[in-house]
Amino acid sequence: MTVKDKLPVLTFPRPAPPKDEPAGDTAQETSACRADPDDLARAIVALQAAMEQELHRARQRPPAPKPRDEEESFSPVGIPRPQTRPQWRAGAGLPGDAAKAGRAGAAAGAVAPPGETRDPLSRRILSLHLPRFAMERWLRAAGQRGEVIPDDLPIALAIEGPHGPVVHATNRAAEQAGVHAGSRVVDMRALCPTLRVDYADTGADRATLTRLMLWARRWCPWTALDGAAGLVMDTTGSAHLWGGEAAFLKEIEGRLAVLGLTAQLAIAPTHGAAWALARFGPHRSLCPADTLALQVAPLPVRALRLTADTVLLLQRLGLKTVGDLAAVPRLSLARRFSRAALAENPLLRLDQMMGRLAEPVSSPDDPPRFAVQTKLAEPVQDPTPWLPELTDELCAGLSAAGFGARRLTLTIYRSDGEVAAVEVATSQASRDARHLARLFDGKLDRMDPGFGFDLITLAASVAEKLATHQSRLDGEAGDGADLAHLVDRLAARFGPRALRRPALHESHLPERREDWVPAMAGRPPAPLPARTERPIRLFDPPEEVQVIYAVPEGPPAQFIWRRLTHRVTRFAGPERIAPEWWRDRPGTRLRDYYRIEDHLGQRYWIFRDGVVGDGRGDTPRWFVHGAFG
Amino acid sequence: MQCLPHLPPSMTDRPDPGDRQATLAEIFPETAVDAAAVGFALAHLRADKGPVLWIQDRLSRRETGRPYLAGMGAPFDVLLLEVGRAVDVLWAMEQGLGCPGLGGVIGEVWGEAPALDFTATKRLALRSEAHGVAAWLIRRAAQPDLSAARERWRVGSLPSLAHPLDSRAPGDPLWRADLFRARWRQPAGWVARYDKATHALTLDHGIESTPDIQRARA
Repeated sequence: MTVKDKLPVLTFPRPAPPKDEPAGDTAQETSACRADPDDLARAIVALQAAMEQELHRARQRPPAPKPRDEEESFSPVGIPRPQTRPQWRAGAGLPGDAAKAGRAGAAAGAVAPPGETRDPLSRRILSLHLPRFAMERWLRAAGQRGEVIPDDLPIALAIEGPHGPVVHATNRAAEQAGVHAGSRVVDMRALCPTLRVDYADTGADRATLTRLMLWARRWCPWTALDGAAGLVMDTTGSAHLWGGEAAFLKEIEGRLAVLGLTAQLAIAPTHGAAWALARFGPHRSLCPADTLALQVAPLPVRALRLTADTVLLLQRLGLKTVGDLAAVPRLSLARRFSRAALAENPLLRLDQMMGRLAEPVSSPDDPPRFAVQTKLAEPVQDPTPWLPELTDELCAGLSAAGFGARRLTLTIYRSDGEVAAVEVATSQASRDARHLARLFDGKLDRMDPGFGFDLITLAASVAEKLATHQSRLDGEAGDGADLAHLVDRLAARFGPRALRRPALHESHLPERREDWVPAMAGRPPAPLPARTERPIRLFDPPEEVQVIYAVPEGPPAQFIWRRLTHRVTRFAGPERIAPEWWRDRPGTRLRDYYRIEDHLGQRYWIFRDGVVGDGRGDTPRWFVHGAFG
Repeated sequence: MQCLPHLPPSMTDRPDPGDRQATLAEIFPETAVDAAAVGFALAHLRADKGPVLWIQDRLSRRETGRPYLAGMGAPFDVLLLEVGRAVDVLWAMEQGLGCPGLGGVIGEVWGEAPALDFTATKRLALRSEAHGVAAWLIRRAAQPDLSAARERWRVGSLPSLAHPLDSRAPGDPLWRADLFRARWRQPAGWVARYDKATHALTLDHGIESTPDIQRARA
């Protein structure tokens, strides 16, 4: 294999390699590396030149056409016009997307059909390390409190250790004064008397990092937390949307710098390699699959995410770098660390780094399959003008795939690193753009836009298969589509629990016969016919009344309800309804229901709770439970 | 939106609840807890046309309970919506009236509602007529102020008919129904009889006019 042979292979990375290629290929290359370092160095130089060239070409390529540019330069009466058409989000599958992806996105072997063996090194994982996260968050909070912190004031954040407070994070001035994390605060005070010490809030750090993780979904849909001060993103197939990987890293770094966060970034084919390169590698390093072994070889063994004890052990064995460790025969390592857990097992960690052991990014929730986004030129406060175009685009994609949305999430990415989202649901799958846009009426005002946002995404977070069908010959929509739309609108406005349908059960107790369930849950079974006379209104709960009766077991002669006296002129009953012993608590009394008519002709349904002498409490009380029409 | 295609044929004394132009009607119950108004409104709706959207504001729900399907004369399918204010009842009714798949819309408003003015009721009436969905507005504890409802009823219970099998028991219900304002006919009053078994309402027994009706006729 010569240098020239390699070049084309690398400029156009394999989109879908043959089945047997990957493992053998990497092994071959590494062995070649070890065989002749000079050849290899030349190859790398040639490679880098080729990649530069490629990047340059990518930059020179005309940018994506802006179809409505001219039209937008004039907006007459201050009506904000959408400045960019919505585009599909990374990871959301559209047929045209793969064609647009270009070179950098060719790594999107991610969406390989099942059954085909997948190249373990085909993914692109980005590791994001925030080395000063706790301190920068504290400084930002101090700035918001109005405190002025000079740059040369040494500051340390402390947490409680077993023997008093321990330094958790420092700023640059404190670091220069010799204060380092992990040491005791009293010692550091002796070293640097002007040190200002505050307690770190690790819980708030964690919460902020979680919000930042959600905010990072503006770049790619699959992000997760990685340790106390790091994020990991699966950027497979998304970097091209930001102009290639190098520009992508610059964009992320710039955005985080605006938020006041220092970031170390790296993109590599595996999580382990990206983690190592972000923390111990060169600045903004990009690691193609072919040079993975080469690039991680000079990193220290600490870069393998091992415990301190294991690192010490490896150093005592003379294995200082990842390359040293990789050169040790596999069998010896396996024998030595056969029973060690993952964090203490250099062999497993090495396998993870090299892609021999799978380590997928486990995102808290799956990214939606259908999602569109609109990038705005500058931060705005109101997402409403962009909503129709977003829903149009989303519905076009849904109908192309034969799906309908059951749940929609509109997310805005604020410029201050926060995310706000609003969700609406539909009672049956729909891809009617106007209907879906109307569901957001009145909900967008409740989102807090902060100082503005510059990215809006609309995702069908739950989608269902929805075949097109025609129910009537004249082309009008029959079959209750408008009814489902009505249910959606009412539930979106008043909340899903306000709109309910009756679910009917086999029970003689009147309040258990009809259970009202949210209408969004679907259609309950048809009503059962009532066998006996029942009221048309039911009081929930029954209201107690004062009753005068001739005999305790008989009907009432008169009752006082809501401070009005009703004289009973006619009655029917009693109808005895016994408690359901299999559901009710022991001691629940039976009910004797009477249909009565009062002197005004109004008809009520009243009951006596228990009978005298049933041994379940004293004199029975009376209640009004319903009114007849 | 269009107005009525034609006026009813004649101003007969007897409105037929069977084929009635879908429009907005208001009912003022004589007492708040009396369920006669609910029964009267339901007697005008048909169960086979589609579900009934039933909207209650919070006070109506608390003071007069919720609809109970087992007591209805026909197997109605009900979509029950509970909202907070009268404005929300109006909004929801307007949404419902735009949906021809509904069998009817019943709204319950408690007390004097400033939002329920002439304009709001006119909107409801026009929308109801345009889409052919009947709208019934039950207004409890309220005075009949200015409104564009095409029919305005006052309904209360009368002592019921004798039960065929039990002389002491109440039988089929009788209601006193006063139509004190209507667009197409003279105001009049009836004794309404409702047969639950066949879900049929008959207004065949006119009664002498009340002061309300006399004032309306003058």
